[in-house]
Amino acid sequence: MKSLKKYSHFFSTFILGIATISDISFSQQSNFTLYEQNIFGSDAKIRMVPVNGGRFTLGSPKNEKGRNKDEGPVHDVLVDDFWMAEIEVTWDLYELFLNRTSDQAKGEKGNIQIDIDGVSGATQPYVNYNKNGYPTINITQYAASQFCKWLTAKTGNYYRLPTEAEWEYACRGGSQKAYSFGNKSKNITKYAWYNKNSDGKTHKGGQKLPNAHGLYDMHGNVAEWVLDSYSPETYIVWGKGANNPVKKNQALYPRVVRGGSYKDDLNKLRSASRGYSTHRWKQRDPQVPKSLWWHVDATHIGFRIVRPRIEPKKEDLNKMWVRPKKEY
Amino acid sequence: MKNKKTIDRRSFIEHSAKITAAGFMLSSLPANSKKLFSIEGEIKIAVVGCGGRGTGAVSQALEADPDVRLVAMADAFKDRADDCLQSLNEKYPNSDKINITQETIFTGFDAYKNAIDMADVVILTTPPAFRPMHFEYAINQNKHVFMEKPVATDVAGIRKIIKVGKEAKRKKLNVVVGLQRHYQKNYKSVKSLIDRGKIGKIISGQVYWNSGGVWVRPREKGQTELEYQMRNWYYFNWLCGDHIVEQHIHNIDVANWFIGSTPLSAQGMGGREVRNGKDHGQIFDHHFVEFTYPEGQVIASQCRHQKGCMNRVEEVFQGSRGSITLNSGHYGVIKNKRNKIVYNHDGEKDINPYQQEHNELFAAIKSGEYRMNDTSRGAEATMTAILGRMATYSGKVITWNEAMEMDHNLVPELHSFNDTAPVLPNSKGEYPVPIPGITNYR
Repeated sequence: MKSLKKYSHFFSTFILGIATISDISFSQQSNFTLYEQNIFGSDAKIRMVPVNGGRFTLGSPKNEKGRNKDEGPVHDVLVDDFWMAEIEVTWDLYELFLNRTSDQAKGEKGNIQIDIDGVSGATQPYVNYNKNGYPTINITQYAASQFCKWLTAKTGNYYRLPTEAEWEYACRGGSQKAYSFGNKSKNITKYAWYNKNSDGKTHKGGQKLPNAHGLYDMHGNVAEWVLDSYSPETYIVWGKGANNPVKKNQALYPRVVRGGSYKDDLNKLRSASRGYSTHRWKQRDPQVPKSLWWHVDATHIGFRIVRPRIEPKKEDLNKMWVRPKKEY
Repeated sequence: MKNKKTIDRRSFIEHSAKITAAGFMLSSLPANSKKLFSIEGEIKIAVVGCGGRGTGAVSQALEADPDVRLVAMADAFKDRADDCLQSLNEKYPNSDKINITQETIFTGFDAYKNAIDMADVVILTTPPAFRPMHFEYAINQNKHVFMEKPVATDVAGIRKIIKVGKEAKRKKLNVVVGLQRHYQKNYKSVKSLIDRGKIGKIISGQVYWNSGGVWVRPREKGQTELEYQMRNWYYFNWLCGDHIVEQHIHNIDVANWFIGSTPLSAQGMGGREVRNGKDHGQIFDHHFVEFTYPEGQVIASQCRHQKGCMNRVEEVFQGSRGSITLNSGHYGVIKNKRNKIVYNHDGEKDINPYQQEHNELFAAIKSGEYRMNDTSRGAEATMTAILGRMATYSGKVITWNEAMEMDHNLVPELHSFNDTAPVLPNSKGEYPVPIPGITNYR
């Protein structure tokens, strides 16, 4: 809570400091701390945790227990500073976008201006949930990204899904071991909901221990969308080192999900473990074209948002938002 | 009306004669199976009702057997048929599965006849109001049928469906109704365990379809009243049957199936709390019904279309020796009396039930065998939901037998978008909404 004050200070500096790019960087730099994102017209707040960027080793070594081949070769990657949401996006939060009741409420905004009416609205989900505090599930990557776009329009701050590299960097919290808390898998139950302790369901966010950044449920609960398309050879292509890499292509499947879920065994919860989407998640959608917004059999898939510390230029805003793709 | 009946009877007699003749040659094969196999093994399908679900069903039919060909499409609206064709062409580019030309896209109120005439198997996926009429024509023309639930919106429609269903049986035409839980493994596995006494006798249950609701298609300039209603069909009882019939039928159907009977009576409550927009027609946004079954079992049925509330689409039953929870996400759990899980269905690899229902239908058709007629199940489930709707609309106890005797006919004969719609708005644009205690059935 102490950080709230810092946040409001940050916010005012941020809004005044729009003269030049370097001014912004400077004002952001001095206020790169935890903040709560307000959403005008609701009492919802999103706690955003700062993740200081840096160079780290992406992937897992060959001798890591439970490792898959697609987690190698390990290589150095640089990621820039970003904030990441403390917990996975919850139903109560997502419903603000779904029901669009707070859209016209105005308040103090960041300096990104996009028209909120231009953000397409999602259809109602077809999934069982009891919303408050529980992670949004069954969501498509596009629907997750549209939430980010809507939130950007609403707040004036740039939000998007994390890249695969950002996600792993944030999950590790400086640890190159199998989990953010080390290699001892018996500790997993203190940090994560997975197949042995979840009772086959998602749980309210933030009930287990956080990692070193203060992020909750990076391991388990729901697997989280990232921006990247999946290839078992991603890391071979990225080679010896990469700066802020992201692998994007047109194909809707497979795309990467990270962190494992309440359904998975502990190997899939490892920091380096890479999951990916399949057609099966939408096969029970009886309509053609199939829903852009919802899967049917992906009750273990949710998402978390990030905000890069350096905002993209206006013409680049769309680059890191997911484009819709019709599915038949 | 009288004239039409006479004609129907005559054409019926002609068909019967043909069937008898064919029957001598092909023994137990259905009348048109000779035709099926004589055209280089191709099975011709037509879709009547080209919305998202119709397009989906066509795609599942095409996947069910490599010899299936789409040869005709019918819809009241040209643009819907065009969208459907575009989607199918995207899904099956340059495929000979889609044999559609502008001449085989039929639009308007009689389009279904032209399309059905061209096919061996028809897919009936319009709004449910038109299902009885389409089903009757299809069976008269000796076609196998896949039809979506619900199969009617009123009692008159139910009576027609039952009558035509018997005719389909006599003609040995395969009929699948899109209550796909019957083709889903978790439901079938749990049902067989109940039949073997795993939870004793079912005493009570709760069935749910609680969600945020569905699409709205606002009125557009230049639409006639009837066109507007048929575009925004979900919100008009004569077209949709209300969401208790259109969606919640799935869960109510499971109650009938698992108990093994239709209910004797229903009583309930419902209304429109948040569904009050100008394009929200006349349907309720919530219904809560108690269905009482012959051995005294009571099923509580709730369906809600209100945003921001608990979402739950599920079926739960209590037996004398345990309980069951089921949902369409391949979920099926049986607990014993001590609340301990004794069966937990692993559905991770289960086949998509929407595909399975077509796989079974087309396997039957290909083999030339008569294997399925889901008509009475579909009619009973639809009628149970209509009974529930009558209970919530009127606020009275209504028995099954009373309802089945009622002159309850919501769907008029229609020939053009200039025809008068069966319900009309008042000067403020509001449609008549049922009022419990005032709305009556007899």
